[in-house]
Amino acid sequence: MSEFAIGKESSEFKKGLQAGVSIGIGYFPIALTFGLLAKTTGLSIYEAVLMSMIVFAGASQYISLSLLAYGTGIVEIVLTTFIVNIRHFLMSTTLNEKCEDDTLSNKMLYSFGITDETFSVAATKEGTASTGFMFGVNLLAYLSWVVFTGIGHLIGASLPQTLQESMGIALYAMFVGLLVPSLKKSVKVLFLAALAAIFNSVFTLGGIMAQGWSIVVSTILSAVLMELIEMMKAKHWGVNNEK
Amino acid sequence: MLIMKSEIVWMIIGMGLVTYIPRMLPFVLFKGKELPPFIQGVLKNVPYATLGALIFPAILLLQKGDIWYGIAGAAAAFAAAFLGANVIIVVLGSITFLAVYSYFL
Repeated sequence: MSEFAIGKESSEFKKGLQAGVSIGIGYFPIALTFGLLAKTTGLSIYEAVLMSMIVFAGASQYISLSLLAYGTGIVEIVLTTFIVNIRHFLMSTTLNEKCEDDTLSNKMLYSFGITDETFSVAATKEGTASTGFMFGVNLLAYLSWVVFTGIGHLIGASLPQTLQESMGIALYAMFVGLLVPSLKKSVKVLFLAALAAIFNSVFTLGGIMAQGWSIVVSTILSAVLMELIEMMKAKHWGVNNEK
Repeated sequence: MLIMKSEIVWMIIGMGLVTYIPRMLPFVLFKGKELPPFIQGVLKNVPYATLGALIFPAILLLQKGDIWYGIAGAAAAFAAAFLGANVIIVVLGSITFLAVYSYFL
């Protein structure tokens, strides 16, 4: 019985690793560039790799480099990091509903690896996300991020420009690839994504709020609006769309 | 021997803490499935809304001065995904498509 359970855990872990491959590919050019930029900003390879190991959040790491170059104080950099990364709270709250019941220590361990990308993979997965799956996805993403940060700093050069540019599409292609299968099944998904896309574009391009907040506010607004519409539909016409 | 400026190390630790806490806290605060049904419904909507916000407007700004570069890449990804391709194929396909696109344009 326990052998069976272990076998199941390890196959879930493998599935997680497989699902993490596209994130690994997507992180490759970004981590490489981060390592390179860290070097030109004056961080040692140890500092660059340590940052990727401990923070593991791309956008905020990039921002910290430009703030350092600007001569910004450490407290301000940490505060900015907090604001940029607060969106993870919403992602973890969402995943908590989706993840397999497990010990708090396991959850606290894999929650360290929740990023925009690992969240997207786990949240759009069919059925519940098991602990093994979460560890698999997050570990592969983490290794790619940390290892390629080091390599970027070490070789001190980026990829050939054409490749660098075309690889920049990787993570967005992955987001599209995760969205489309659900979009084909339900119009609601299309409206949710489109609403949030419009809100986020207006908020950021219009200079109304910083990106860290804009993603959170756009997501919550769209998700709440859609839920209210569903509720009204159910009340007024007795339509019940719940699965 | 590790050569690190202690100020930078403290900054990294601080950044790590403020990033980890929002990631971990919901798992400690909530058991899951105990939130009111309305909130649970909203949370079910969150992944798709997040994906929309992660893609736009960033995809339009992928290459400075050429919004079509990102749109072309996203269209290739959409086509591949719509035809039922696996996510890894979608990713590799879009990279290849854009490499060819910039070679010819």
